Amino acid sequence: MSNGRYGEYGGQYISETLMNELLYLEEQYNYYINEPEFVNELNSLLKEYAGRPSLLYYAERMTEDLGGAKIYLKREDLNHTGAHKINNVLGQVLLAKKMGKTRVIAETGAGQHGVATATAAALLDMECEVFMGEVDTKRQALNVYRMELLGAKVHSVKSGTKTLKDAVNDAFRDWIARVHDTNYVIGSTMGPHPFPMIVRDFQAVISSEAREQFLEKEGRLPNAVIACVGGGSNAMGAFYNFIDDEDVRLIGCEAGGKGIDTPYNAAALTNGKIGIFHGMKSLFNQGDYGQIAPVYSVSAGLDYPGVGPEHAYLRDSGRAEYVPVTDEEAVNAFEYLSRMEGIIPAIESAHAVAYAMEIAPKMDKDDIIMICLSGRGDKDVRSIAEYRGVDLNE
Amino acid sequence: MSKIANAFKNGKAFIGFLTAGDPSIEKTVEFILAMEEAGCDLIEIGIPFSDPMAEGVVIQDANVRALKHNTTTDDVFEIVKAVRAESDVPLVFLTYINPVFFYGYEKFFKKCNELGVDGIISPDLPYEEKGEIVDIARKNDVDVISLIAPTSKERIQKIASDASGFIYVVSSLGVTGMRSEIKTDLKSILEDIRDVTDLPLAVGFGINTPEQAKNIGEIADGVIVGSAIVKIIEEHGEDATSVLKEYVSSMKKACN
Repeated sequence: MSNGRYGEYGGQYISETLMNELLYLEEQYNYYINEPEFVNELNSLLKEYAGRPSLLYYAERMTEDLGGAKIYLKREDLNHTGAHKINNVLGQVLLAKKMGKTRVIAETGAGQHGVATATAAALLDMECEVFMGEVDTKRQALNVYRMELLGAKVHSVKSGTKTLKDAVNDAFRDWIARVHDTNYVIGSTMGPHPFPMIVRDFQAVISSEAREQFLEKEGRLPNAVIACVGGGSNAMGAFYNFIDDEDVRLIGCEAGGKGIDTPYNAAALTNGKIGIFHGMKSLFNQGDYGQIAPVYSVSAGLDYPGVGPEHAYLRDSGRAEYVPVTDEEAVNAFEYLSRMEGIIPAIESAHAVAYAMEIAPKMDKDDIIMICLSGRGDKDVRSIAEYRGVDLNE
Repeated sequence: MSKIANAFKNGKAFIGFLTAGDPSIEKTVEFILAMEEAGCDLIEIGIPFSDPMAEGVVIQDANVRALKHNTTTDDVFEIVKAVRAESDVPLVFLTYINPVFFYGYEKFFKKCNELGVDGIISPDLPYEEKGEIVDIARKNDVDVISLIAPTSKERIQKIASDASGFIYVVSSLGVTGMRSEIKTDLKSILEDIRDVTDLPLAVGFGINTPEQAKNIGEIADGVIVGSAIVKIIEEHGEDATSVLKEYVSSMKKACN
């Protein structure tokens, strides 16, 4: 796509102060992504440090139990730091270092992206500060401590709804004051161009590996690829190399929260309207007069009132489908996968598991589903216990 | 001829900003008229937004206060209507682009034209995205005010040559808010812009004391003050009128 546009979506709706920096970032990215030394260094980090390629695991018990399509899990949860976030972060922090920056900042919702950024910053010897909504610092206190252990400074964001969108606001506010020495390592396929493209490219390793792994294991591609969508980075990564394979259904699962008919959800592709926010034209949950709406999800990582522009485009073009999955369905799937396969998924990824549980039984036994298991669920154990009314402090 | 030019006819211009609906619709009208009376040459009216990304804490809080009692874009137009019943002071909107997009560009700018809004400043609409509104705004005689930042460098040429109304020169990196010191080499930036355009140049971000206003007044055509005014409104609430007048009058004097 030229000019950072995905159909009518995308663009660069951001302060003039940041424009030259974004243009410079794009130029530097285009240079390094074609430079063999950078590519080798990144690939070596992905292999030796993050543990790639991630496994494509056949979930046999789950498949038999559901009695339909064969289910494979793309095990991004097994990456170092426990989620797909590291793929993007290693790329962006390495790029920042090559660009001569000494400091990186990041926003985080569930804490996974913050932990990944703090990790890469420790490894590559960069200063790191992470912005996290106050509500999320409470939901994910362990990740706050984890980031601090890794040497990062965590800012508890107290403005607005005190969640992910407000963390993004404060990260941009920090960046605009320190463009000279700082790169904003954005965590999803969102924000002004070139961020949606950069993050997608670094996450596309998920689908390039999966494609090869399917051809090797099954001699064919899957019928459906399912991933959860907040800003949309693991989904974009899981979809990207299948976009031209028209027989592969691409399905994104959004946070349906307490239901899409209630105000308590974060389903921008289902309920959102087109708007301009956080540097991009895309779909956003918004109220009358274009005020960005407070959103809700049991999952801090999906608790965002918008979605990356390429997903909005894939929806409009009909290439991908997007469905809302409720808290209750996601929590059931969280428990189901834990018991059935001995894998505790991130509550975000559990949204994708839930939808696979719904459609697999209706599909043929010859059909194949890939679930992008974007992260592991250790971080969620406390909040799921709370959801179920279990008091862990008793 | 743009009405905004009038703002720069009375010596160095003093440009004041406030957030619409803070603390109330009626008070915003009163404050605008009082600021004009005290010497404000142009008034920027902020349309409240849930996520004012380019603002520091003072203006963020004003947005929160205005939205707490649900100030809408239509309310802001009512403010303009009430002000226009009594005054010709040039008015521009300071607004993030989403409320304008949501309202509908055609409808928004038609209303600006009908009610007498002279310009629009949008902190999240850089040169590359101006196309969103520029034709519709022009058709309705609303100037789209361009911003130039200390980081703009070679972008100055294209931004300034395509600007209208006045140019908003951002004094320093970072978000809005009062600063004790402005370190940017503004003089050379202003010279670079003057090489390209004859439009008036007003400097904003961080300015709050008469001394700063004096220094800026010596090199620019106008001084823009937001957070310091909003802070007075925050502290004095409904009773801010006399303090505002005193402050605006001292600042207008200082820039000249």
